Amino acid sequence: MIDRDLPELPCRDLVELVTEYLEDRLSAVDRARFDAHLAECDACRAFMDQFRQTIRALGRLPEESLSPEARATMLAAFRGWRRE
Amino acid sequence: MTSTLGANDAVLIDALKSGDERAFCELVDRWSSVMLRVALAHARSHAIAEEVVQEAWLTVLRSLDRFERRSTLRTWVLGIVVNIARARFRAERRLVPLQPEDDGPTVEPSRFLPADHPRWPHHWAIEPVPWRTPEEDLLAGETRKIIDQAIAELPPAQREVLVLRDLEGMAADEACNILGVTSTHQRVLLHRARARVRNALERYLTGKGAA
Repeated sequence: MIDRDLPELPCRDLVELVTEYLEDRLSAVDRARFDAHLAECDACRAFMDQFRQTIRALGRLPEESLSPEARATMLAAFRGWRRE
Repeated sequence: MTSTLGANDAVLIDALKSGDERAFCELVDRWSSVMLRVALAHARSHAIAEEVVQEAWLTVLRSLDRFERRSTLRTWVLGIVVNIARARFRAERRLVPLQPEDDGPTVEPSRFLPADHPRWPHHWAIEPVPWRTPEEDLLAGETRKIIDQAIAELPPAQREVLVLRDLEGMAADEACNILGVTSTHQRVLLHRARARVRNALERYLTGKGAA
């Protein structure tokens, strides 16, 4: 249910609110304005889709790992600490 | 992906205190990636990030008796990594000109129509177009380099948040506790960081498509 009297949310303002939208931090009114705009704007839908693709790609980056030398140094430090 | 071990923290702490090597190695292995990534939010090389992680573990072991269990063990350990990394590179940053606070808009203002446009004020002038690269290819070859470089160029405060929230998939509350930032500030940093990575991808992907 979209109130016809809601002030329009222009594209320039929508792009600033995407993370708040995704984190569900917008007020009910702003969320309704956001959804109403998206329903009618291909360009902002493309922007949202790219934003989501970016977030998902970041979540798929390979993990970092410790070098065997660093790991061995830490294990030695643990043994030393235990003896303290 | 790292897991939250809140429920097992008491068991883990007892195991560490009793000198259980296997428990220690398991924790080191499980948390190395996130600890290194947090360190790399400040450190310029993998080798230096490893030094930060080692120093953090030494601090953890020495302070284990003082861990008050007001947070999970993971939150506490990662908070120690953050503090060491920030302190270590704060001195270094003083030597270079201070970066201006990044208040830039999410998208270049020139991409939008002016406020006095008769029909579409502040709507897109240059619209984003869907990327033709399939999503699963975003981490392949050159595109992966674009993402890595965009992350490397972020201000450290944005990189810290992006690492915990998007690379690690951590909840906002835990990220705020680890970084000592308010949830509002955390969202601002996260949004700017995401926007910069998206912009870098867009420049690369649409530039390439138009050629």
